[in-house]
Amino acid sequence: MNPEMVPSGVLVVAIGVLFAAGVYLLLERSLTRVLLGFILVGNGANLLMLVAGGRAGGAPIAGITPVDEMSDPLAQAMVLTSIVITLALTAFVLAMAYRSWQLNGHDEVADDVEDRRIARLAARNAPVYRDVDQGEAGTLDEDAAAARDETERDEAGDKTGEAT
Amino acid sequence: MLLVLVAHIVAATSAPVLVSWLGRRAFWVLAAAPASAVVYALAHTGDVLGGATPVQVVEWVPALGLQLAFRLDALAWLMLLAVGGIGTLVLLYCSAYFARSAHGLRRFAAVLTAFAGAMVGLVTADDLLLLFVFWELTTVFSYLLIGHYTDRKPSRRAAMQAIVVTTAGGLAMLVGLVILGVDGTWRLSDLVADPPHGPAVTVAVACLLAGAASKSALVPFHFWLPAAMAAPTPVSAYLHAAAMVKAGVYLVARFAPAYSDVPVWQVTVLVLGAGTMILGGYRALRQHDLKLLLAFGTVSQLGLLVLLLGFGTQAAALAGLALLGAHAMCKAALFLVVGVVDAATGTRDLRSLSGLARAMPGTAVAAVLATASMIGLPPTAGFVAKEAALAALLPDAGHAPPAGLLAAGGGAAAWVLLAAVVLGSALTVAYGLRFVWGAFGTRRATLPVAGMSAVGRQPLLLTGPPLVLAVLGVVAAVAAPAGEAVLGQHAGTYAGAPGHLALWDGGTPALGLTLAALALGVALFRWRGAVERAQDRLRVPAADGAYRRTMRRLDELAADVTGFTQRGSLPVYLGVILVVLAVGPGLAVAWGLVTGPLPVDLVPWDRPAQAAVVAVVGVAAVLAARSRRRLKAVILVGVAGYGNAVLFLLHGAPDLALTQVLCETVTLVVMVLVLRRLPPYFSGRPLAADRWVRLAVGVLTGVVMMVFAVVAPAARIHIPVAADFPEEAVSYGGGHDIVNVTLVDIRAWDTVGEISVLLVAATGVASIVFLRVRSGEVLRMPRARDGVPDGARVPGPLAAGRTLAPRRRSVLLEVATRIVFHAMIVFAVFLLLVGHDRPGGGFPAGLVVGIALTVRYLAGGRYELGEAAPVHPGLLLGTGLFLSAGVGLAALLFGGEVLQSWILDREVPVLGHVHVVTSLFFDVGVMLVVVGLALDILRTLGAELDRQAEEDGDTMTPGRTVGMAGATGETRLGVIGVTEALDGAPAQVPAGREGRP
Repeated sequence: MNPEMVPSGVLVVAIGVLFAAGVYLLLERSLTRVLLGFILVGNGANLLMLVAGGRAGGAPIAGITPVDEMSDPLAQAMVLTSIVITLALTAFVLAMAYRSWQLNGHDEVADDVEDRRIARLAARNAPVYRDVDQGEAGTLDEDAAAARDETERDEAGDKTGEAT
Repeated sequence: MLLVLVAHIVAATSAPVLVSWLGRRAFWVLAAAPASAVVYALAHTGDVLGGATPVQVVEWVPALGLQLAFRLDALAWLMLLAVGGIGTLVLLYCSAYFARSAHGLRRFAAVLTAFAGAMVGLVTADDLLLLFVFWELTTVFSYLLIGHYTDRKPSRRAAMQAIVVTTAGGLAMLVGLVILGVDGTWRLSDLVADPPHGPAVTVAVACLLAGAASKSALVPFHFWLPAAMAAPTPVSAYLHAAAMVKAGVYLVARFAPAYSDVPVWQVTVLVLGAGTMILGGYRALRQHDLKLLLAFGTVSQLGLLVLLLGFGTQAAALAGLALLGAHAMCKAALFLVVGVVDAATGTRDLRSLSGLARAMPGTAVAAVLATASMIGLPPTAGFVAKEAALAALLPDAGHAPPAGLLAAGGGAAAWVLLAAVVLGSALTVAYGLRFVWGAFGTRRATLPVAGMSAVGRQPLLLTGPPLVLAVLGVVAAVAAPAGEAVLGQHAGTYAGAPGHLALWDGGTPALGLTLAALALGVALFRWRGAVERAQDRLRVPAADGAYRRTMRRLDELAADVTGFTQRGSLPVYLGVILVVLAVGPGLAVAWGLVTGPLPVDLVPWDRPAQAAVVAVVGVAAVLAARSRRRLKAVILVGVAGYGNAVLFLLHGAPDLALTQVLCETVTLVVMVLVLRRLPPYFSGRPLAADRWVRLAVGVLTGVVMMVFAVVAPAARIHIPVAADFPEEAVSYGGGHDIVNVTLVDIRAWDTVGEISVLLVAATGVASIVFLRVRSGEVLRMPRARDGVPDGARVPGPLAAGRTLAPRRRSVLLEVATRIVFHAMIVFAVFLLLVGHDRPGGGFPAGLVVGIALTVRYLAGGRYELGEAAPVHPGLLLGTGLFLSAGVGLAALLFGGEVLQSWILDREVPVLGHVHVVTSLFFDVGVMLVVVGLALDILRTLGAELDRQAEEDGDTMTPGRTVGMAGATGETRLGVIGVTEALDGAPAQVPAGREGRP
């Protein structure tokens, strides 16, 4: 195995702890905790990308660090944008948490009422949506007797009907 | 052939306009389209007779091998004549049939013409996928035509039923076509000439037959056809007698020469064909509605057609083709007759009709001739075809295939089949007689006779078409030898000895069978009362009931699946995703590790300092997860974040470390700003068991990620793309900081996407928080001319400091802010300019500006923020994105690639050597977007929250909540604590600036 690529054990541990703690929070209902979990998971993911890029090295700056001592710049470029996007996302979820608190008095993610309703209806085999064409059908004969085309005769009949 | 199709397309698209102009006379013009198909077919009769097959091919999607390939052989010729001829007559008929004021005539005319075009395409297509396209087009148009009366429930229901059944079959057929075509050729004629065989092909054949059976209304799919009689009668005459239902028959006739020897084909075709023939005839016998009677009769005849054309011998095929033509003519004629009767009397119920033969002699003649053809009386085409059919099916006539299903039971199966056909024919005779007698006979009507006195002369266009078709049935019988010559061209592609078509063949066994069928049929009709009573006692289970039950079960299943999978609970969804991650990829990697192909190697650390930092990060993360206080959790997460920055630095990523530190700072501030308004403690803990589950999922995910972290670096087998970055960054990008050059040049497209995400997020935050307007105004200090009395205000180091209440002001903070703000801005500019060669760049520069603005806001309140950055964040975001992406386009003007950099080196007086790379503009754009994001966050989660808090009277009660007494008490305590820490009491608002509704 390429010695350049052997990962550092403590970083692997850090990834594991960040993910475990992050996921634990992510599965909560409070949006604030979900958000904190997301940030921790994001940190863990950033470390993971860095580790996947190879071992630690010098700063990837040409002219200062010799090329073969540099750490992988591509992974760093990706992580850099990911950090800033995490910031944007944090603000967004915070705004949602605040709005939820403003409306409901808490920042908990409630279950989707519509999903619950469908599950309840499904459990007792009730129709989950209203279909005007559902229900008992007429027999072929009844339907046929009721079906009439708009033919020329109707018009004539209407006219005679009006005349009499 | 293409021209014929184009004629249909033009006619169909112009139909609405034509109907608007000409009213129902527009049908005369539209009839020209199907007539062109007839003309085309007749013009090529010589070719077809000579065995030539005109072919037209237009490349459609060459890369996929899709072609618009058309081919005219004897089968296509016959179908074209039927489709075009009957289409023409039906369209002419429509012009007299529908009232001038009939609704939806424009749509109807267009769809009916389009359907005729789809049918022409279907029967001439020589490409498997093209065939399918036309097949489905006929399904869709048929749906629209059956559902023509959109305001009638039975009509809608019948249309839905028809499209569900035929599309299900159509999709099965598509599977079959793909299996057949994918390994060989998509050209239909080539495929049939040299058919592949094998287990997969057997499946394909079964799929094809499913498509044919659903389209041609064979048992058990037959129920949609009678229900489709909800369509207007001309539609029934065309689609459900002559054209669309014949598509399945056409498919069988097309593939029979290739696959009639496959056992599954024989079983399906013969059993379904015979069964359908008998069931359809049986049900037709007890119908009172003339259309329903004909519909079940059609089902019956379709069974016979499929049986004959799928039988696999030349003689049977010849008889089948003749019957195909004869049936198209007679059945269309009969439906049109029903239309005439319906239009004249206002009813189709044969119990209400009496004495029409005298009132409408022309129509009655047409009906009698067409019925004679249907039941096989001489001298009609139906008689010729049925004679030939019975002769072909006679087991010892030398026509029957030597092996296969029919040899079963020592040839008994063949006799059973023949008996079934004779029985079916007898039923046909019985319901045919019932039709003529019911519609035109004079008898004591059992129901009140409706409007019979009003029956007068019918317009020629109404009575003409059925009469023409009925007479054609006789003409075709006389021209039987010519028919044999043409149809023999297709029948000749089947195996076995050639058959024979003749009006009179002498006293053959077939004639005896015909007589037997006639006798039986007449007997069934003579004693119809007894038959009807017997039928009432012996109820056949209706297939449409089974269909409805199936659809209901399907709905219930869908609801159950939805209810099971869509729990509506975020934790459940996330948990499922994470568990799948662990079980799927996680187990796969674990398996790879255990069985050996993945090498594992680990060093304790790259640098010893890593261990210390990791310890801090780990402890902070765990404590954050356990914390019950919001503020504590936020700060612990912040600690973990700063720790990460140190880890980045130790890894050799100064750019990352810088960005992470700045981001973490902004995040902390923003979090605390919002936490002011949220309760200090997380709400009551969920069940303990629940917690253990979450912990288990968390640990599981952590372990899986650790395994990935160990395996991923080792899995690299290629030279990394970044290997050439150092050299490229200098020579092409003109910079030395490779990470920055990667962002603004090498992978600039990624960055454009990412700053777009920032823009979207910033806009989202603003629209969530600003309730009344989409984005708030920029808050500025009132100018002197606004005449604001400011008695209570104390001047201070910051301009807007006066807007804060005295007890919320901190002079120390204001002074410090005044000192550091400009230095920070200069630092940001420095970061931006050196970013190309040293750690820095647009992202950190923007974040530094953001922090500088944050400091101003914290020290001076929301008016200070407006003073510090008197611009709308939307402007910054938009300008930034334009500079990054828009300026990147400029390179195109100079013949470069999008986002390509240009390096300018100049000697400038005073400054000396200046090195500018055009990607600097890109970086400026990035910076502006980040500043815009920060400003938007401060304005919303900072300033706007302040304002809303003041509006709520600082009671910290959530807006529209009632009955939250307990929670509110807790809330108030905690939040005020945070508020005090930040900026104390409510601010004093400059009059005239706020407090507006």
